[in-house]
Amino acid sequence: MKTLDELLHEHEFFKGFKPEHLELMAGCATNVVFEAGQYIFHENEEANYFYVIRHGLVALEIHDPRRGPISIDTLQENDVLGWSWLFTPYRRHFDAKAVKLTRAVAIDGICLRTKCENDHTLGYLMMQRFATVLADRLEQTRLQVLKLYD
Amino acid sequence: MINLPSQTTTRQLTDPMKPEPFRVKRVMKESYDTFTLELEPVATDRQFTFAPGQFNMLYMFGVGEIPISISGDPNQPGMLVHTTRIVGSVTKAMSKLKAGDVLGVRGPFGTGWPVSAAKGCDVILVAGGIGLAPLRPVLYQTLAHRDRYGKVVLLYGCRSPEDILFRKELEKWRARFDLEIFVTVDYGDSDWHGNVGVVTKLIPKAPFDALNAVAMICGPEVMMRFTAIELQKRGVDGESIALSMERNMKCAIGLCGHCQFGPTFICKDGPVFNYPQLQSWLAQWEV
Amino acid sequence: MTSNTNSSTKFVLESTDFQRLIDVLAGIGYRVIGPTLDHNAVIYDDIASVTDLPIGWTDEQDAATYRLTRRADEAFFGYVIAPQSWKKFLHPSQVRLWQATLNNGTFDILPDPEKPEPMAFIGVRSCELHAIAIQDRIFIEGEYVDPTYYARRENLFIVAVNCGQAGGTCFCTSVNTGPKVEAGYDLALTEIIDHEVHYFVVEVGSEQGQHVLTQLPVRPADKREAKLPKTITDNTASQIKRHLNTDGIKELLYTSSENSRWDEIAKRCLTCTNCTMVCPTCFCTTVEDVTDLTGQHAERTRKWDSCFTMDFSYIHGGSVRYSTKSRYRQWMTHKLATWIDQFGTLGCVGCGRCITWCPVGIDITAELEAIRQTKVKGEATKEVSNENVG
Repeated sequence: MKTLDELLHEHEFFKGFKPEHLELMAGCATNVVFEAGQYIFHENEEANYFYVIRHGLVALEIHDPRRGPISIDTLQENDVLGWSWLFTPYRRHFDAKAVKLTRAVAIDGICLRTKCENDHTLGYLMMQRFATVLADRLEQTRLQVLKLYD
Repeated sequence: MINLPSQTTTRQLTDPMKPEPFRVKRVMKESYDTFTLELEPVATDRQFTFAPGQFNMLYMFGVGEIPISISGDPNQPGMLVHTTRIVGSVTKAMSKLKAGDVLGVRGPFGTGWPVSAAKGCDVILVAGGIGLAPLRPVLYQTLAHRDRYGKVVLLYGCRSPEDILFRKELEKWRARFDLEIFVTVDYGDSDWHGNVGVVTKLIPKAPFDALNAVAMICGPEVMMRFTAIELQKRGVDGESIALSMERNMKCAIGLCGHCQFGPTFICKDGPVFNYPQLQSWLAQWEV
Repeated sequence: MTSNTNSSTKFVLESTDFQRLIDVLAGIGYRVIGPTLDHNAVIYDDIASVTDLPIGWTDEQDAATYRLTRRADEAFFGYVIAPQSWKKFLHPSQVRLWQATLNNGTFDILPDPEKPEPMAFIGVRSCELHAIAIQDRIFIEGEYVDPTYYARRENLFIVAVNCGQAGGTCFCTSVNTGPKVEAGYDLALTEIIDHEVHYFVVEVGSEQGQHVLTQLPVRPADKREAKLPKTITDNTASQIKRHLNTDGIKELLYTSSENSRWDEIAKRCLTCTNCTMVCPTCFCTTVEDVTDLTGQHAERTRKWDSCFTMDFSYIHGGSVRYSTKSRYRQWMTHKLATWIDQFGTLGCVGCGRCITWCPVGIDITAELEAIRQTKVKGEATKEVSNENVG
């Protein structure tokens, strides 16, 4: 059975991290499983973890009083779920629900934040990775917002 | 540069501005604003053949005429199929047609998708919204001669699950082992268990060989622009990307001047173009 | 269709015999169209007699200016060019394409009416001959032939006229369309008038022209008279004031979509569409489908349209060319650049009508030069700033 360390090592998101960084992160990581339909987190909750999806499908949702839950994005294998742990006020912005059975590695954000404070090289790499994720998501969201099909 | 099939005229029209009567066999509602017409010629000896990607000018008696891509099976010449959204007075009048009603048809016009150029390659179709309709004939064509092509992949994005066109057909096709279909919506409800997000998101992970693929894109112009860029990021050669353009059309025979896009007439130099042909013009405003 | 038979013999027709030309053409069955006075201008319309011609009149043209003034002599063709071109006869501004009626659940398109009567144009300038050739390429030599144009063009008889003077807005010399008539005519006339003489040197350009000539009281031109068409037109060429610089014109306009000059033009252009209406090569049309009150009868009519209108480029949601700037840019880029890729020639024949009839006097020759200069300046600035950084 693979160690978390090895799992992280294989994952696209962590390519280029030094082995000692991966070991550090593995120290903050646990394997998690979500059943289909299970909510991973809700809007406004404390954002303590981020998840590296190994398998499955997660929907990001916003709940509207008139329309109910609206899914505005989906994430799957190799995507990273959750970035609010890195920026104040460290609170979730959306709901996240596992649409299908989803396996992920949950990484303790508080633990990792402390480690980033102590090791700025790790901190800088983390910021770089998340900035890229956010930039891609921003471009996609902007296209989505255009309502091109209307 | 892949060769696009040139205009096919099924017969010499004595006056290309005169529509021919076609009878409605069936009207199918696809979504709240989109419907499909199945037509057959009133003249019984007539067969209608076309290349995937071509369009007709459809005439509603006394109301007006508009260009609509053919969305049916090119291997079934007895039936002419068109799928359209309600966007103006002519399409509104068309949405009220019933079986037995007659409308006018002129065509087929324009260049077709590079289906034969795709032989031996992976075929990747990227459709946005109503853009799936002009690409459906390509699916029919490739599936009819499945062994000629490598992987066949359809990436389809639309507004919401209710707007998915040809849903039953897509579900049936999806069950095949030699075709991959990925659908995404701009937003979904709690019953939707599929992808959410723009269709370009599906490109990085789509299962095809970028170095041996022919891509055909159809949808809103912004979507096509970004899709072409995303495909190139993936490694698809610009020369292997085709897209289908749209502009105001009055005659469809290159004489009224309305459909010009830079130096091209979309009705006769298009509507299907090779991406490099249009690249510099697509980036300009108000062309 | 007219063809150019190689005839180096020239003839002379006295002005007093000019009526014969009109009569012979009418006798053959042509509808004779030529210059005449109307609405304070020299226009092209049906004529039956020499007296219908604008004898002794000329037109002074300049940017946004047209004035009819009296000449000192009694020349028949002493004017420059009519506001509207022969296009209004070959490519009519309004044509009913067909009528249809509902019939037993389907519709029938009614048989076409009679063909239009053959026409003879008298007074076609060299630039106008080139314009007709350009429209031939669009309407007859493309993949689809336009039956309306073809029906009017196939039996057309052209009596061309060499220009005895240049107009204030002319620039045919820049685009090799004149002033001397070279080809594409049946007969070509050069008017020679002074206090003593008034005659026409006649050149034959086709078999049909030869056929008409045999019925005219002409005599062969002598050596001196035979040189006059060239002498006169050389002199006309020297009078031309405006110049269109066609060097690298396609490349220039293809790379000028963001040139700041367009914004400057847009401040003046009213998108009134005059230029497209008077231009002899503009060909855009729209189609109107109508029905009568009973809904049983429908008609399709084709009408002139202009890329300057707001809804010319309308597709569901809005117009692609929304701004004045984009519409003027479209017209000029089409006329001077993309036309070359589409039809193999420049779209402009240098007749100057767009300059004369633009209510604010926008001059296509000056604007092209301004675009060129703005581009050059822009590139120079970039080079300078790169130098500073380096």
